[in-house]
Amino acid sequence: MSEQTKSGWLSRIREGLSRSSSRLSQGITDLFTKRKLDEAALEELEEMLIAADLGVTTAARVAALLAKSRFDQEISPEEIKSALAEEIATVLEPVALPLRPDPANKPHVVLVVGVNGSGKTTTIGKLAKSFRDQGLSVTLAAGDTFRAAAVEQLKVWGERTGSPVISRDQGADAAGLAFDALKEAQARRDDVLLIDTAGRLQNKTDLMAELEKIIRVLKRQDPMVPHDVLLVLDATVGQNAHSQVEIFRNITKVSGLVVTKLDGTAKGGVLVALAEKFKLPVHAIGVGEGIDDLRPFEAKAFARSLMGLD
Amino acid sequence: MFESLSSRLGDVFERLKRRGALSETDVSEALREVRVALLEADVALPVVKDFIASVKERAVGQDVVRSITPGQMVVKIVHDCLVETLGTAEDINLAAAAPVPVLMVGLQGSGKTTTSAKIALRLKTLDKKKVLLASLDIYRPAAQQQLEILARQADVGSLPILMGEKPVAIARRAMEMGRREGYDVVILDTAGRLHIDEALMAEVAEVRDAVTPTETLLVVDAMTGQDAVNLAREFNEKIGVTGMVLTRVDGDARGGAALSMRAVTGRPIKFLGAGEKLDALEVFHPDRVAGRILGMGDVVSLVEKAIGSFEEEEAEKLAAKMAKGKFDLDDMAAQFRQIKKMGDLKGIIGMLPGIGKLKKQIDEANIDNRMINRQEAIILSMTKGERKNPDLIKASRKRRIAAGAGVSIQDVNKLLKQHQQMADMMKKVSKMGKKGLMRHGLPGLLPPGGGRFGG
Ligand SMILES: Nc1nc2c(ncn2[C@@H]2O[C@H](COP(=O)(O)OP(=O)(O)O)[C@@H](O)[C@H]2O)c(=O)[nH]1
Ligand SMILES: [Mg+2]
Repeated sequence: MSEQTKSGWLSRIREGLSRSSSRLSQGITDLFTKRKLDEAALEELEEMLIAADLGVTTAARVAALLAKSRFDQEISPEEIKSALAEEIATVLEPVALPLRPDPANKPHVVLVVGVNGSGKTTTIGKLAKSFRDQGLSVTLAAGDTFRAAAVEQLKVWGERTGSPVISRDQGADAAGLAFDALKEAQARRDDVLLIDTAGRLQNKTDLMAELEKIIRVLKRQDPMVPHDVLLVLDATVGQNAHSQVEIFRNITKVSGLVVTKLDGTAKGGVLVALAEKFKLPVHAIGVGEGIDDLRPFEAKAFARSLMGLD
Repeated sequence: MFESLSSRLGDVFERLKRRGALSETDVSEALREVRVALLEADVALPVVKDFIASVKERAVGQDVVRSITPGQMVVKIVHDCLVETLGTAEDINLAAAAPVPVLMVGLQGSGKTTTSAKIALRLKTLDKKKVLLASLDIYRPAAQQQLEILARQADVGSLPILMGEKPVAIARRAMEMGRREGYDVVILDTAGRLHIDEALMAEVAEVRDAVTPTETLLVVDAMTGQDAVNLAREFNEKIGVTGMVLTRVDGDARGGAALSMRAVTGRPIKFLGAGEKLDALEVFHPDRVAGRILGMGDVVSLVEKAIGSFEEEEAEKLAAKMAKGKFDLDDMAAQFRQIKKMGDLKGIIGMLPGIGKLKKQIDEANIDNRMINRQEAIILSMTKGERKNPDLIKASRKRRIAAGAGVSIQDVNKLLKQHQQMADMMKKVSKMGKKGLMRHGLPGLLPPGGGRFGG
């Protein structure tokens, strides 16, 4: 491309994007105001689902579901959005399960894993708050012994929620720390032990092996531990979420997901594809940086927000 | 997912193989699969659509090198367009009076703090700059301590933390300390914020107004999905971004966000974050990022190889001729045809690696197809004997040839002179031997300097 056509192309996109609102709902409204649900309309519908991060395959499948019942019918934008939201909610319904510590476990141990910056530590703070509100005693283990000031960060959350934090110096062995924390929480007969871990990209085998080691060491103390392994996913992430779930699940037996940062413009549509593929419970969603910004995951509400409804 | 995509593309290639040059249907068919590949790589949909449209415009009608299927050729064209669109590597701009303020912005968890420290370390070691790091993140617990620790690890300066101080005041104090203590660069790390958080966006705009940063770098995670267009556009509109950093390219994400951001902001991608260690910062490599987004590196290198061997074959033919030390006017006419065959000179030449080497010389020579046609016409007005033996062409013959081709005698003289130069060069090349020719390729055979091709 010559310099001229190149900049022409860039500015065209820029203009186009700033002119048209990128909201999914706006697109659908435009699309169906005067139209039948025909091939072309379906294709555009599919594209809008893609733009919400559902991924090409899942978008096609969801759009096809709608086509099966409504093809060639005149259909209003509102109807189409609701119908799509319902299809999506049906997929999500079975995975909308809150995290419930088993009172028989003293403590119920939750290991929190995920890639760097996904929101693990913040989610632990919010979870601690919600368990404390339920009258449970909570201990936090500062298992991120790698990132600078990660321990200090968790200590702040410990203070905010009135939960003791068990920590070692930066660079210490995370498995050893987790083991100590488990023994201490067991001795105190705490209700919940939340173990933070360092962020790691799922394709780094050495770091994933470290995670395996933490679990192995915990199991030496109690074969039932950890009772839950939470994978924290950032809603801004696109199709790489597939790889994250796949690999973390293989190595740590992930038992459930938390999706953070849903207070942004990213709608976390990849969750629909993940629900179809892995059927892992989604325990909660993060909607801000504050201590109370954790919500139960509700299939219907999530699906409707994905379609720009409510 | 990926295998199935490759095999679907394979099908398309097979079907296209039986046809000739790139027709509109050929291109559309191949681009449908490319579209899926780009979407799977998280390139934002509006960007994919515009990109595909521009590639299509460029690909239709292009010649396909022998042994390559049209579909493969399209993939190669897509790859080259991607590389171009992603832009070239640009270094951080520090062209301002010291201390040069650099502002780091981005969403929560995108990697700003680590990137700030990495850039500081890079400037210190490579450019021998004295760098001060300051954290304006008063929200995330222990964020300021994090940067302080990293500054110590990188052995660069860090602004002492004053609890309770507001971001704008921190920024001012950082610049003040930078001036007082003779720092070259002050890197201001900010809190992560959502682009729709009006209060926090206003806050960082206020910081910008207070320090007028030379660089405002938007830090974005390579795993970012479709939302990349929204966040890049909003950050650029509200704060004014001068460059971007793509982090976590050491992960297995395809990194389509790079193309999305580049398309909406038009700003260069300056660095890639490729690991947790402070030296894991790389300059941007458009071809590597393009290869990863498209995920069809095997096809691209196949086409490159085919084009290479095609050139080699042609060169070999010429070499055989020249081994006999001969270059007559027929050979020259063949050269003209060769150049014309490359298509519309303005279009295709830049596309093809290897042949692309010709581009500059052709630009300089200011030739177009019309001029080449005229030169060809002169040769065609000659008799067979004249073409084999130009020495025969004396004054009266020149008049005849000029009249036949509808040009002046001067034009005929010019062509003959040009032929003489080329023939001389051929002799030189033949002395270099076949090896030398391979090394220099066809472009080495063009007359040096511009103008001679012109009439
Ligand atoms: N807007 C928003 N930010 C969040 C949310 N959860 C976490 N964050 C922010 O994301 C950044 C990274 O979070 P952190 O818990 O340190 O991630 P970790 O590296 O996985 O432990 C911090 O700035 C958090 O405040 C959320 O639900 N919404
Ligand atoms: Mg953390």
